[in-house]
Amino acid sequence: MVQSAQTPSLVSSARDILIPMATGITILDPTNESTPAVRQLLARPASVKGLTVGLLDISKPRGNVFLNRIEELLTERGAKVLRFSKPTFTKPAPVDLRQEIATQCNLVIEALAD
Amino acid sequence: MSSVAPDLPNGFVVIVKRECATCQMVEPILSHIASATNSLTVYTQDDPTFPSSVSPIHDEDLSVSWHYDIDTVPTLIKVVNGKEVERTFGWKATDWQRITGIADLGADLPAMRPGCGSMSVDPDIVDKLRAKFTDSPVIARTVEFSAAEDEFEAMYARGWTDGLPVIPPTRERVLRMLTGTTRHPQDVIAIAPPDLVELTVEKIAINAVMAGCLPEYMPWVIAALEAVCNDQFNMHGVLATTMPVGPVIICNGPGTRAIGMNSGINAFGQGNRANNTIGRAVQLTIRNVGGGRPGEVDRATHGNPGKISFCFAEDEEGSPFTSLATERGVPLGQNAITVFAGEGPRCVVDQLARTPEELTNSLVASLQTVHHPKLVIGFDAILTISPDHGRVYAEAGWDRERLIAEITERSLTHGSELVRGARDMAEGIPPHLKDATLPKFRPGGVLLTYAGGGAGLFSSIVAGWANGAIGSDPVTRIVGS
Repeated sequence: MVQSAQTPSLVSSARDILIPMATGITILDPTNESTPAVRQLLARPASVKGLTVGLLDISKPRGNVFLNRIEELLTERGAKVLRFSKPTFTKPAPVDLRQEIATQCNLVIEALAD
Repeated sequence: MSSVAPDLPNGFVVIVKRECATCQMVEPILSHIASATNSLTVYTQDDPTFPSSVSPIHDEDLSVSWHYDIDTVPTLIKVVNGKEVERTFGWKATDWQRITGIADLGADLPAMRPGCGSMSVDPDIVDKLRAKFTDSPVIARTVEFSAAEDEFEAMYARGWTDGLPVIPPTRERVLRMLTGTTRHPQDVIAIAPPDLVELTVEKIAINAVMAGCLPEYMPWVIAALEAVCNDQFNMHGVLATTMPVGPVIICNGPGTRAIGMNSGINAFGQGNRANNTIGRAVQLTIRNVGGGRPGEVDRATHGNPGKISFCFAEDEEGSPFTSLATERGVPLGQNAITVFAGEGPRCVVDQLARTPEELTNSLVASLQTVHHPKLVIGFDAILTISPDHGRVYAEAGWDRERLIAEITERSLTHGSELVRGARDMAEGIPPHLKDATLPKFRPGGVLLTYAGGGAGLFSSIVAGWANGAIGSDPVTRIVGS
């Protein structure tokens, strides 16, 4: 095949237009691009007397042993105790359960066990 | 969606490049068409003066070639009222004569000669053209690295990798990855745990690029993510558990062979791009989009190396059993993936068994050790039979159902041997089950598969995690397009 001498340079000039000299590369963000909301913790109450405390059992074995004792101690100190449990420890608490705790309790204690 | 295509003039349009010998051969033909019809427009891809006899237009940015899908030069297109009505490519005298209506066109040339590749499909520049001309709704935030910054180090520094280097997800690479699926880039595939964010095809494509996938793996990656991001598989719990499990991906169907997956020698191991990057893309997506990172929501005590990628195909053609996908209701010939919350594989050696009964006894003895010899029902397992072990079952005529039934029967154990404290081991089943006789696995709890190299009297077990509604169930999904 006969080619004119200028052909290769024409091909490379087309490439130069399309592939500029390497500068810093630009990539697409692989993350969900969200920033977690930062919430201020509520002030710690001076006493639990008269407050409603939710005890959330995550449904791991023997979590109830720990929470029964906590309930005794809280009741002695004048707190009202409500008990809740997650359907399974492997999944986040259902929204309804979280809502129930938030509306009925002043404080919540979540228990891990095993 | 593409950017607006340049209009083609009415009459005859030919796209050529000087570098192509066939284009040079048809140069006199172009003059003939021009003089006979007075309505010829020639676009040249490389030399703006070629062919000088017909005043060519230089398709310098390849816009015409790209928008009109020119794969081969020369291409002849007939345009009526601004619309293409017919085209041919390369040189085929009868086609050119019919389209132009010039009966003796090129009568002195050979009847046909193939054309050459269009510059617009040159592998070195096609991705740039796609990025330039495709008005794709890719909306991810862009991150620009400085020229002094090593992009590989920069991606490590941002916490985007699994500990191994990742491929920088440039717009060009992501658009090429998106060619592997018909799904719209903004389609929401799932809600990704643990951060419960909408997972789009675009974000999957970005992470698939980083993992090293080819575009044709995209439908498999999408199906696997659909399968893990739901309450049944419970990816949140699989991350959060202190146990060493991650998603194990089993692929079935003719597509596994089309994308070159390994179901043979070293099927669980390194060396095959599809096996290793499909699983990695799933895990990188969960990490980067879902926000599931070790030490944060991932609380595994030891983890396992398969949490980088654990993905393999079943050897359906060699198997004496119906495939796992068929067992799970997938129609024959369909591609499917099954995800299983599993740990690393362990080997079962039996080089002496020559009967299916002997071999099954060995398999059961090993299966009994899944997580603890005295814990039953609560954990599933993948059992992968090798060709050498599979032959024992094939020769005896044992099918899937028979083998599963035998495993169940031969694993039955009296509760007195399993209860807490029995055999001087505190661990065990609750005391109220002491009089029961129990199999090791719940119904459906053994996922029988067939894979591995042709030599080795070994099979393999992948133990699962807490099964059922309390933990995770295996999930099967059809692989789409």
